[in-house]
Amino acid sequence: MTVHQSTDNSSGVKRTVRNTLFALVAMVGFTIALVPLYDVFCEITGLNGKTADSAQVISATGVDTSRTVRVQLVTRSAPGLPWRLEAINQVVTVHPGEVAQARFRFTNTSDQRLSGRAVPSVSPSQGARHFRKMQCFCFQEQWLAGGESLELPLVFQVDPALPDDVATLTLAYTLYPMGEEIALGGLHD
Amino acid sequence: MTPETTQSVSQHSVSDVASGHDAHAHGHAPTGLMRWLLTTNHKEIGTLYMLFSLLMLFIGGTMALVIRAELFQPGLQYVQPEFFNQMTTMHGLIMVFGAIMPAFVGLANWMIPLQVGAPDMALPRLNNFSFWLLPVAFTTLLATLFMEGGGPNFGWTFYAPLSTTYAPPSTNFFILSIHLAGISSILGAINIIATILNLRTPGMRLMDMSLFVWTWLITAFLLIAVMPVLAGVVTMMLLDINFGTSFFDAAGGGDPVLFQHLFWFFGHPEVYIMILPAFGIVSLIVPAFARKRLFGYASMVYATASIAILSFVVWAHHMFTVGLPLTAELFFMYSTMLIAVPTGVKVFNWIATLFRGSISFETPMLFSLGFIVMFTIGGLSGVMLAIVPADFQYHDTYFVVAHFHYVLVPGALFAIMAAAYYWMPKWTGHYANETLGKWHFWLSVIGVNLTFFPMHFSGLAGMPRRIPDYALQFADFNMLSSIGGFLFGFSQLIFVWVVIKAVRGGVKAPAKAWEGAEGLEWAVPSPAPLHTFDTPPEFVPERDSPSRHSDH
Repeated sequence: MTVHQSTDNSSGVKRTVRNTLFALVAMVGFTIALVPLYDVFCEITGLNGKTADSAQVISATGVDTSRTVRVQLVTRSAPGLPWRLEAINQVVTVHPGEVAQARFRFTNTSDQRLSGRAVPSVSPSQGARHFRKMQCFCFQEQWLAGGESLELPLVFQVDPALPDDVATLTLAYTLYPMGEEIALGGLHD
Repeated sequence: MTPETTQSVSQHSVSDVASGHDAHAHGHAPTGLMRWLLTTNHKEIGTLYMLFSLLMLFIGGTMALVIRAELFQPGLQYVQPEFFNQMTTMHGLIMVFGAIMPAFVGLANWMIPLQVGAPDMALPRLNNFSFWLLPVAFTTLLATLFMEGGGPNFGWTFYAPLSTTYAPPSTNFFILSIHLAGISSILGAINIIATILNLRTPGMRLMDMSLFVWTWLITAFLLIAVMPVLAGVVTMMLLDINFGTSFFDAAGGGDPVLFQHLFWFFGHPEVYIMILPAFGIVSLIVPAFARKRLFGYASMVYATASIAILSFVVWAHHMFTVGLPLTAELFFMYSTMLIAVPTGVKVFNWIATLFRGSISFETPMLFSLGFIVMFTIGGLSGVMLAIVPADFQYHDTYFVVAHFHYVLVPGALFAIMAAAYYWMPKWTGHYANETLGKWHFWLSVIGVNLTFFPMHFSGLAGMPRRIPDYALQFADFNMLSSIGGFLFGFSQLIFVWVVIKAVRGGVKAPAKAWEGAEGLEWAVPSPAPLHTFDTPPEFVPERDSPSRHSDH
């Protein structure tokens, strides 16, 4: 009886172990899938203030002159890049649907040729997907020679679909060094 | 250990002669250190797990006392802020992964085969491997404290970029140790599931299992589901640090907030991993000392399963202040509050079990009653933290520290202590010393409340977590917390003394050590011989099931 039962058990144990290992592998796959899924989710919802990373066309839904939206432009630098990034126009007041421009000045304070990239973030985050950029220096990395200074434009439009309770959008640019290794290793580009 | 060892060995050779078989080939079993290194016996591995977790409790506790000593007064007295950060981080990691989790796995190893009538765990050699991974993992983790740049200093939640861009060089060892501890938990969980699903004695259906077995089955599924997520997160950290990827680095297109989502997708089920087996333990001890059947067996099972399922959809309540959309905050607020419903079912079931019971207050019962009262306090502050606007004030303050220590110390740890006192007669053959046990309990209760209750107030007043120095207005509360912390810490030495005394001698326990206790473990002699249930025990659901309808 004991022998009979132990064989019964061992096939059951094998089946359970196989099933749990299968569940384990599925969860590993799910974890890996969460990374691109999160990106897609953020792109759709604008969660975390991420904006589109390529130029968008002008949306011709008309200008809503009954509302004005303050767009604040702020910049900051991540450590590791001896550059300065300034917003020349710190606040731009626009009507939803209107195409506007703001200018930024990049200055390389070192004497070496370096590359960097400004990464945008919009808050509040529900405004992110209503912030459309037609032209932006943030779509690609910038190269500056030692001591060089460069003025670059941002052409944007605030979508009239922006929720009514959002009267101010803050667009923050963070300047990051673009070393060779990051450019090659970036998985999300 | 020695008397217990010789006793079990002699008993098992007697039973060998009596049953006249040599199926386990233990006639030439290794002795001394090799015996413990190579053992595949669930009771010995269970003992190893619990001794290991006791050691970790004292190492993590010493770190807690370093923290409390520094916070005794405002200003910097004993340690530098860099070392203080390493202490808060290591204290959390060691208590979570080294003390609480292995203690529950140890209890599972000892008691699940006894409670389901199995001769051993389903995969004994894997069992040995999953235990011995732990000393390696935690030696590695502790060794980082002595490395250049110090150990992990980014908090036990190791948020990126603190744990990637700004991390000390030892972080690679931290990642390795988390991987090892994770593999250990996963293998342990597979073993527990395989044992419970396949090795139950004939006649025992799932709804006849003890609640400790039930809660562990559900916990094991949680482990299988979320440990891979933890492994994934630390692997991404490893890639970001060493191989130039940018999972959590905004410069390369990654997102540090992704780290928090992934971490808490693991982290929230993890907190239930640390509390569900405690629910199971209390659900055995309360009926035993109230001398009544557990009220609402089936609802306990369903409540446990509901908590486990809900634990997957509440993770972002740890992240209300990162800037989530309003709808997400509402969803996570309500789903979190929903967990209070099955948890409340459990608390009411325990109270209903006590109602009109014939209650006696032996040490295991005291710890269980302490659990019910103080876990509920921790649960209530949890509901407070779930309220989004309130959380904006509570976030990262000592209120949060008070909350999770109430559910983990007088919650999980008290349940482990209750289990140790409850099953001590089964393990050692002797009752734990009642007088010392009561001293242990009451000093722990006073110590734990003195430590953590004032933290609610300092937190509400705005004292942030993880700081070595603080504003003067928090001085009184912190001094109380520190006095309580030292009282609680040193009271745990009583427990060590109780264990040593029980191993060496004391009041001999019969097979059924407690009058009102139920379960197959009480059918084997005390102390339990090394090998039990070589033939499956008889199990009559109408008589033996905790869910049976008729009272005998």
